[in-house]
Amino acid sequence: MLETPLWKKISLWAITLVLSAAALPSLLAPEGIHFEDAPEVNLGLDLAGGSHLLLEADPNDVSAQRLENMEEAVRSALENATPEIEFGDTSRSEGQLSFMLDSATDIDRARAELEPLMMGEGLRQEWDLTVVDGQRMVLSETDAGEDTALNSAMEGAVEVVRRRIDLLGTREPTIIRQGDTRIVVQVPGLQDPQALKEQLGQTAQLEFKLVDQQALPTNTQAGVANPGSQIFPYAEESDFAGGFEAVKRLGGIRGDSLINARAGVDSRNNENVVNIQFDQQGGQKFAQLSTDNVGERFAIILDGEVISAPVFNEPILGGSAQISGNFTADSANQLAISLQSGALPVPLSVVEERTVGPDLGAESIRSGLIAMIIGSLAVIALMIATYGRFGVYATVALFFNVLILLGLMAIGNFTLTLPGIAGFVLTVGAAVDANVLINERIREERKRGRKVITAVENGYKEASRAIYDANITNFIAGALLFWFGSGPIRGFAVVLVIGLITSVFTALALTRMWVSGYLASKRPKDLNI
Amino acid sequence: MKLLKLVPQDTNIKFLKLRVPFFIVSILLTIGSWVAVATMGLNFGVDFAGGQEIRATFTQTEEAPVGELRDTLTALEAVEDPIVQRFGEPNEVSIRVKLPAEAEGNPDFANQMTNSIVAAISENHPDVRIDGVDSVSGKVSGEFRNDAALALLAAMLMVALYIWVRFEWQFGVGALFALFHDVSLTLGMFALTQMEFSLQIIAAILAIIGYSLNDTIVVYDRIRENLKKFRKMPLAELLDLSVNETLARTVMTSLTLLVALLPLLFFGPSSLFGLVAAIVMGLFVGTYSSVYMAAPLLLWMGVTSDSFVPQETEADKQEKKVLGGL
Repeated sequence: MLETPLWKKISLWAITLVLSAAALPSLLAPEGIHFEDAPEVNLGLDLAGGSHLLLEADPNDVSAQRLENMEEAVRSALENATPEIEFGDTSRSEGQLSFMLDSATDIDRARAELEPLMMGEGLRQEWDLTVVDGQRMVLSETDAGEDTALNSAMEGAVEVVRRRIDLLGTREPTIIRQGDTRIVVQVPGLQDPQALKEQLGQTAQLEFKLVDQQALPTNTQAGVANPGSQIFPYAEESDFAGGFEAVKRLGGIRGDSLINARAGVDSRNNENVVNIQFDQQGGQKFAQLSTDNVGERFAIILDGEVISAPVFNEPILGGSAQISGNFTADSANQLAISLQSGALPVPLSVVEERTVGPDLGAESIRSGLIAMIIGSLAVIALMIATYGRFGVYATVALFFNVLILLGLMAIGNFTLTLPGIAGFVLTVGAAVDANVLINERIREERKRGRKVITAVENGYKEASRAIYDANITNFIAGALLFWFGSGPIRGFAVVLVIGLITSVFTALALTRMWVSGYLASKRPKDLNI
Repeated sequence: MKLLKLVPQDTNIKFLKLRVPFFIVSILLTIGSWVAVATMGLNFGVDFAGGQEIRATFTQTEEAPVGELRDTLTALEAVEDPIVQRFGEPNEVSIRVKLPAEAEGNPDFANQMTNSIVAAISENHPDVRIDGVDSVSGKVSGEFRNDAALALLAAMLMVALYIWVRFEWQFGVGALFALFHDVSLTLGMFALTQMEFSLQIIAAILAIIGYSLNDTIVVYDRIRENLKKFRKMPLAELLDLSVNETLARTVMTSLTLLVALLPLLFFGPSSLFGLVAAIVMGLFVGTYSSVYMAAPLLLWMGVTSDSFVPQETEADKQEKKVLGGL
């Protein structure tokens, strides 16, 4: 039956108008008119201009860091046991920490001390403890422990990245974790991604370690460290670029516990410095370290490079310190921001980068829109010239199709990209095709001598089958594209998949309602189609 | 008002008379495309090859000095085999360079590369404006390649499967062959023209798959309908009838899509050129393959009008016998 019941008419119009209205904020946004709380379509970076960075962490880095922390924990647990448990010959290799107890009789006591360290949150077994040859203890990471560590490192990294980008003062960045080891950063409108990349490329792991006074300079230069020491190169910007410093491996302080870091100028020599302030716990540790080692040198190490190695002239009790190291005003500021936002729990490297200048984006939108307008006018002219009144219905349906598609994208908070514009054109094509199929079928049915009403009824019925089959297969292809696709492809797939739904709705349901309304009110004896 | 009729009614073109020569041509074109891909290779963009792509516009110059740029960049120590191509407008270029192995995971290196290239160009051309920089590491580009190949294969298989379920297995196979033909020819075109093959082109190929299927399904739907209607008609005749009956729709839809796409090809953003060009080509190839690949294959695979009428199974016959015996 062709007549549309009243409830169906009302709901069709309600859906159409509500969703079309949802497109308005997006259409008015370029004119500078914004509505509060009304969702707008996001413009992709290729249209709005900006930077896209894909950052990747190496799980091995997380694992190495974790082993180092475990070694510190083991040392402090065994040293604080009463009586102290002596051990030595510590070594770290892939996912394993092993050390030898001085006396085999300590083994049960050591086990009791270390057992609590093996458990993570919720009593998850994060380490396995085994004893080899009665005296050597081997701690190995469990898979669960590794996963948890990687996961929390990545979550921490996302937070740090967010804080750093906020401190740079950029607007509306998108920061999302992708997969196990990756973070996507998108900053629209950013002209110069260089600063951002430098900021994110810096792990900002600050360490204070005591200089190994026994190390022979020749050995240090040759890369040979005393047991319990390790060697770090001097940073390129420092006074001793090319040189090395041997420091004690354990017993230093990590710069995680900073509550403030600010770039400043030392009033005595006009040097650029970074002033740091420890939190209470860090301040106490730093006070302890400086009190115990007055007169000794300590190295300030940033991301594995020595910035400077000053002497503790006196105990530093206030919890604040000053780092100097031939900074420029810019590099001091950058370091301050990195320190302020905290160290990245794991180093990140940039594996993909895309930058689009804002001029190009604006040009793309303009030429894309012009092309779409010309194309739409041509399609409208062709449809009306071919199908007359039915072409007008198809055109109006097409108009709503574009609006509804835009509205749905705004509501779903999807992003419109350049390939997405091509997706719009294809959607228009799909909608036109549906109406072409219907109208050609009506022509055929009329030619076979069917009455007007029967011809239209058959037209919709017989054409629907092919329309549904074609759109479902396309939907499958589009969904797979979205599933497997990345970046630019996804923008295309989103428009395609939503567009298939809207075009079936407008091309079938809406035109059918209008055609039946026309047939019911005018009762034409013949159709000009 | 007299309405436009692009295709006269009641056409009776014997499309399938030429099915053998056309099929041979299609097979040859498909093989030729793969030969082209194998010998000339696809001009992979940074998405798939890794490396760095810089897009630049010379704001005060009519035509970008492509040859000169190539020489300038080749002279740079850090740069090996730069690919400089015009891109869109005459004053726009795209420059692609490889990133050496040590750049992997070292963002500074990629930065320095960009800086030295931009500096070298600005020396002679202060009017250069950098529109965009893409850097993709070897690892990520490898993943893009895998994902893209997977997406294409999965899409083709899944839609063939759907058609098998909705129609008959012969139709699924026919559609799959037609799609393979279309995708092959598109790849062949990209090998021949050496247009940049990027992630966007994968989107274009999937659009072609979608469009070609659309066409195939419309023809198949009509074949299915006619198979039920004309039980005794010879299959070749029935296929011709079906293609002729849907001809008006085929021409009209192709034409409307073409008038929608052509402005985008000529006036649209230059970064969309490759994508739109691929879709326009797919429009022709897809229509052709529905008529000359998808339909004749049904003939050779022996589709009959019984395919859509419930068959009497052995069990049915047994039941009949038993009932008849009573």
